[in-house]
Amino acid sequence: MRLLLEKRSEHSHTMVYLSPVIAIGLTLVTGAIIFAFDGLNPLEALYVYFLEPLKYLWTFAPDDLWSLEQLAVKAAPLALIGAGLSVSYLANVWNIGAEGQLTAGAIFGSAIPVMFPEWQSPLTLVLMLVFGVLGGMAWASIPAFLKNRFGASEILTSLMLVYVAGLLLDWLVRGPWRDPGGHNFPQTIAFSDWQLLPSFDGTLHIGTLFAVIAAAALTVLMGRSLKGFEIRVLGASPRAGRFAGFSRKGAVWFCFMLSGGLAGLAGISEVMSTVGQLQPSISPGYGFTAIIVAFLGRLNPIGALVAALALAISYLGGEAAQVSLQISDKIAKVFQGILLFYILACDSMILYRPRLIFNRAPAAVPAE
Amino acid sequence: MQDHGELLSIILTIITASTPLLLAAIGELVVERSGVLNLGVEGMMAVGAVCGFGTALIFGPYVGIFAAIAAGVLLSLLFAFLTLSLVSNQVATGLALTLLGLGISGLIGVGYVGQPGAKLAHIYIPLLSDIPWLGPIFFGQDVLVYFSLALTAAVGYVLFRTKLGLVIRAVGDSHQSAHALGYGVIPVRYACVAFGGGCAGLAGGYLSMAYTPQWVENMTAGRGWIALALVVFASWLPKRVAIGAYLFGMVSILGLAVQTKGLGIPSQLLTSLPYIVTIVALVIISGNRALTRANTPACLGQPFVPDR
Repeated sequence: MRLLLEKRSEHSHTMVYLSPVIAIGLTLVTGAIIFAFDGLNPLEALYVYFLEPLKYLWTFAPDDLWSLEQLAVKAAPLALIGAGLSVSYLANVWNIGAEGQLTAGAIFGSAIPVMFPEWQSPLTLVLMLVFGVLGGMAWASIPAFLKNRFGASEILTSLMLVYVAGLLLDWLVRGPWRDPGGHNFPQTIAFSDWQLLPSFDGTLHIGTLFAVIAAAALTVLMGRSLKGFEIRVLGASPRAGRFAGFSRKGAVWFCFMLSGGLAGLAGISEVMSTVGQLQPSISPGYGFTAIIVAFLGRLNPIGALVAALALAISYLGGEAAQVSLQISDKIAKVFQGILLFYILACDSMILYRPRLIFNRAPAAVPAE
Repeated sequence: MQDHGELLSIILTIITASTPLLLAAIGELVVERSGVLNLGVEGMMAVGAVCGFGTALIFGPYVGIFAAIAAGVLLSLLFAFLTLSLVSNQVATGLALTLLGLGISGLIGVGYVGQPGAKLAHIYIPLLSDIPWLGPIFFGQDVLVYFSLALTAAVGYVLFRTKLGLVIRAVGDSHQSAHALGYGVIPVRYACVAFGGGCAGLAGGYLSMAYTPQWVENMTAGRGWIALALVVFASWLPKRVAIGAYLFGMVSILGLAVQTKGLGIPSQLLTSLPYIVTIVALVIISGNRALTRANTPACLGQPFVPDR
């Protein structure tokens, strides 16, 4: 038995949208098997993990609304970063250091409340957000510059900078930026009032709106503007892009500034809401999970928004599973990894039609 | 063990810090020479580390070594199936492998956190190992240090002095021509990817059984990515991979050594040295067109679908 791939005459539009659905289905089946091996009732475990966070949708019980809001709050940074990465990956610009840009954004933006703790005005909030975006961009400019000037692989440089950003944050919160009245805990002062994002009812904050706005804006940009067209051409066919006079270097800069800025915004928004101060760890790996979001969302900003909700469930479900099933929340990362594998496998059906050949083919000697 | 003096102990630590980098990088070098870019080294190392550690607790470190290799091979075959049989994007699939590997290792390792591990013993040859200075450096390492160097030599020999090596390089430089000549591009690549997976798993196992015999989540700390950079840095030549691995080992350990001196340099700055040096090294090498272009496998990262 062997597997043969037959190239489709044109790529299958149905599979583009069916592939993520199949991938999620296969991930759930795999999840059931893992749960069964762990001695759990698979159906019950799947319910606790993947459906309980959404309970409000059919109970409408006010008590259940909380987890839905949590879902939106966790999806927001994923969608923001995922949208930026979608555009980058479409252009074949492989920024995989969004986690570092998120950290840099959080650090830059937090410089304001740390250095001027007394300053409280609406401008504080705006400046913090702007600094966050600029911080992410600054961090992303390093791999972009090194790629364009020296041809250094942006994959490796952007990833190395994740570690550097993490260590920089660690140094700041243990050293110069540590809260003097904080009993030596590695954290800055707690932010307050205008140093925090306004929230609707305690959990849900306006940071979730940023994600929606970014997705809408990027959809217009990619679908209706010359820049979007340029990005798509350069990604699909670098040669055609060159002949059209589109600049590859310009695309690298554009993609890194965009995805870095959005990651920075996600970082400062996290610090200004859920976290409320700087501390050694400010993100459960949103920058890496956003890579999965980008692929699950078909490298489309609106798709990333939907995909972010799906992956936010994996975080929430992980927490729920730890409490009520007594399994480690580390299983969340396993599900996320499995999901990306299934997406990539199913995506090969967009371009190829798989055929299983059962009879033994005669020894394949090339015709030439 | 008697006190050897500070400099000697630094040299010995540099050797143990360099070995996992060398193991992972020499494996990835073979993978890339066959035209495949596997960015999942970090993930395979992490799973190798946790599987080696867990197995070593029960059966001892020598069985642990094989468990680590097996774990790396299994994960790499998953990658190979996707990228070679299903022709998925190699960059994306490699990233997926890293994310999955880190996830799996975290989950498997939950029960191992804080447990003392089984440490791989150093060899002892009577008389030879007792020579001051030279003894502990040349005749007192663990077996994997010698193995990593022998493996590097063997890879260099096979790649450039044997027919097998010629086939591997042909597949990596022009899969269409290799296919037309009747060589199985896909099987060769499967084998190379599996070899690279075994090496990455072993490198991870070395971390959790020799370098620091314990399990900590994310203990690979980017070494898989540094190994990937090393392959570029070495412009795909085994000899230079060995030199590069030892240079990087030196940088990371000298950072730690300076830290213990307490010169007031933030420890985080010293810890970040290997990452910064990696970036600098990549910039220097990538800027040198003549060096990179001569040896970069021409089909690196490109998909191949045999036409029947």
